[in-house]
This record gives sequence, C-alpha cells and structure tokens, in this order.
Amino acid sequence: MTAQGDNGIPDNDVVLTTRSRLARNLADHPFLNRASDMQSALVMQTAQRVMLEAPLSEKTLWMDLDELTPLDRALLVERHLISRHHAESSLHRGVAISSDEHMSIMVNEEDHLRVQVLRRGSRLDETFEQLMRIDSMLEQHLDYAFHDQWGYLAVCPTNVGTGIRFSVMVHLPALRITNELAKVQRAAKELHLAVRGYYGEGSESTGHIYQVSNQVTLGRTEEEIQEEFSKSIIPALIEYERSARNVLMKKNSMLLDDRIQRAYSVLCSARLLKVDEAMKLLSRVRLGAALGHVDLSLQTVDDLFVQIQPAHLNQQAQSTLSDNDELEYRAQLVRNTLNQ
Amino acid sequence: MKCDLCNKPAVVHEVSITGGKKKEVHLCLEHAQAAGVAIPGQQPINKLLTKFVIGQSPKNSGKQCPDCGITFAQIKRGNLIGCPGCYNAFQDSLGSLIEHAQFGASSHVGRVPNRKHTPNQFELRSRKLMKELDAAVTAEQYERAAVLRDRLNKLSTEVHTEEEDTQVEEPGS
Repeated sequence: MTAQGDNGIPDNDVVLTTRSRLARNLADHPFLNRASDMQSALVMQTAQRVMLEAPLSEKTLWMDLDELTPLDRALLVERHLISRHHAESSLHRGVAISSDEHMSIMVNEEDHLRVQVLRRGSRLDETFEQLMRIDSMLEQHLDYAFHDQWGYLAVCPTNVGTGIRFSVMVHLPALRITNELAKVQRAAKELHLAVRGYYGEGSESTGHIYQVSNQVTLGRTEEEIQEEFSKSIIPALIEYERSARNVLMKKNSMLLDDRIQRAYSVLCSARLLKVDEAMKLLSRVRLGAALGHVDLSLQTVDDLFVQIQPAHLNQQAQSTLSDNDELEYRAQLVRNTLNQ
Repeated sequence: MKCDLCNKPAVVHEVSITGGKKKEVHLCLEHAQAAGVAIPGQQPINKLLTKFVIGQSPKNSGKQCPDCGITFAQIKRGNLIGCPGCYNAFQDSLGSLIEHAQFGASSHVGRVPNRKHTPNQFELRSRKLMKELDAAVTAEQYERAAVLRDRLNKLSTEVHTEEEDTQVEEPGS
C-alpha cells in the first residue's frame, strides 16, 4: 500500500479529510451567550465586511444563514462547512466559504469566528499553513480578544490559548473487525485526544468513520500541536489500521472478500436504502477499494458518503422527498454510480 | 452543640468543603443573624436554600463581571464564559476551570496578535452607536432605540459611500 493513496491524495486509504480550525473572538464584544440581538448583528456586519474585503481566497462566498432555506443550511452541514449547531441556532449568523470549499469561516457559532480549512486526505501541513495565513489576514482587519496569560480568548475554556483544533477523519474498518478499536480509544484518551463520529461533536460513528482531534489548546504552540499530530499521532493511527488490514488479508482473506463483495452487490442492486445502512455498506466497499478488491476509486466512495445524505438527495431531486421516496432515490443514486 | 462565638446553643450549622478541606460553622441565633446567615424557620424555604447554596459556592459566585453581568456560578454551570472582560473579573476562579479543561496547562505560549489592526471609522461609529442603543433600551426610550437600530443597520452602506453622520461623535470626544 502506498502513502500516496487514491488520485495522489495523501494516505487516502485511511484518511478521508483533514481539518484545521481556529476559535476567535472580537475584543470589546460580549460573547454570544451574553450578546443582545443587536450585538450579535453587529458582529455579523463587521465579519461580513472583512470576509468580503480581505483576500482570504480567490473567491469568497458570504451567506447569511437566516436568509437560507433549511435545505441549504442542511447542505452546508452535510459538506462539513458549518456545524449542526450553527445551522440550527436562532442567532444572527453567517458563513464565508471559498469557492473551492477548502475554507469556511462560521460567524456567530459558539465563538464569534470559527475559521477552518478542510482538505481531502492527510494534509495537516497544508491545512495548518493555509489556516495561519487566513488568520494573519483577518488579524489585520479585526481586533481579537487576547489575554497575556491565556492567549486567544474563547467562550469555552476548552478552546482557550491557541484556539486551534486539528481534526482528522479516519476510516478504521479493519481495527473494528479485529476488535482493536477499544485499544485505540484508550490510547487516544491517554493522549488527550477526542474520538467522535462522522458529524463531529455529539455524533456516533457511522460506517467505521471517526474524527480524531486534539483536546488541549493551551500551553503548547500551534506548531507543537500540529507536529505531534502530523508526525506522530496520525501516522501511527494509519499504520495501525493498515497492519490490521494486512492481518485480515493474511488470516481471513476469503471472509474479508466475502464481506466486501456482499456489500458491493447489495449496493449495486438494492431498491431502498436507509442512510445508516448505505454508510455501513459503503464503508465495506471503501475497504475493498483501498485493498484493490473492487474496481472503484476512493474518491467516488467518499463523494457518495456526502451525496447520500438527506439534504443532498432532496437537492438533487429538486423536490421535497417523502421518507419512502428518499430511500428509493438514495438506492437509485448508489446503483447508478456503482454501475457506471 | 454550642455557638462558635459564645456559649449559647447553636441553631445554624453549615458545612462547606473548599479545596478538599472541610469547614464547619455553628452559630447561635444572634450571631447567625449578625453574620447574615439564614435562620431555619424564619425564612421561606426557597430563600433558605438559595442562601445555603451560595454559602457553599466559590467566593466569586456572587460577583458579577462589570462588562457583561455574568456571575462565576453561571459560568461554571454552563461552562461558557460571558465576554473577554470575564477573564480579568474572575481571574483566579477561571484559572482553575481552565487548567481543568486543559489537562493542567495554565499559560499560553503560542501565537500573539500583531496588533496591526486599528479600529476604522465603521467600527468606531458602530461601537458608539451600540453604547447609545444600550443606554436607550435601558432608559426605555424605544423610539430613540429604533432610530439608532436603523442607523446601525445602514452604517455599513454609509461607510462605503463616505457619508458623514454629523450626529455621531468619535469615542473619547
């Protein structure tokens, strides 16, 4: 297995995406949990002006979430460009997104600003560098809340200091099958890492996909936190999953292939699919694609993970699908994609 | 049991645990009243409970942040801080909360803002208008508040078109 993974995306066989994000707040403004309607509107106005004036990306789109339909907001959540909390909040809130969807800046989420850079594959170095560039640009236009002892101030004590959080979305089916996942979770706890599900905080794992992120944001430099993640934690996790895959290939090759091919067959022929079932089956097919057992690119599978989500289906159907229609539409989309 | 301060029988007994140390206070009616402690039977139960809870809370629980009005008890309950000013207002108590959340880390060693930014006309005028709006709402001058709100909403456009609002003075003037 190569480190370059599918289509030149680094370590894509295990890593779906890498996200680096910062929590930032404006000086002289109350945090959102204490802000009046007008005060939160003022943060929005200030942020909107900066997002559109500063050269944060080649093309930046600004969206006022109040003006979007619930479907549009759900689409942004499914693309990991805003959080569920941000979509559902009743505050004045907005988001700036680069047209390539690598950058998103949530305004009035928990903090005034949540700046994130999201890329496919294992790209801690690149996402970190881009994030720091964006932060430096924003800093020229905004006065951040900063404290000599505690650094960048945040609404929650868990984000104080650097405000930086690295989050790597990993696919760990072999560790799950070989019952090694509990060990990973114990090790993660000892290293003060959080292990969450596909949709981050509060979500359960679906399709053996986990988000691993740092919990400590204070007492270490941004570079130290990033380096530990990119040079130690994530490579170790990737190697652990790869060796579990090798063990499965050597000891239970036929059983493994059977699981992969059954999942592939169901996806190729099912007429009704629930989202959880589709995610679980796609997870096995993804493992098959990474091991060369099915002729499918990892990118196709990763795109399907997003396209089978409810809002994406409704948008593609250009109508509001009933529950049954949604199952049918999802199955049809998966069949068409895999049978191409 | 006798009062800690005299030989009369104690009627109020308070046990609090601070920093792992147990502290007991036993007071007679007279000394309890002098210390401002609730007396069983003399106050409604809700007031009694409130006082009792306050008596056991950290020393900052009653103090409010001068900027946003939040108390430390509220911060602790929600694990959410109210504003940048809270970090100075509750420095000691927040320190232990932060250390706990950060697995023992207590000082920032990372990036520091360049402080290149100086507030522009838009921000200065917005902040001024916000203060005026807050004052108008507090004074229940709703008509004036509505006018200020509209001006705040239009401010962004006004700045772009460089229209000067003669009614608004710069902060510090």
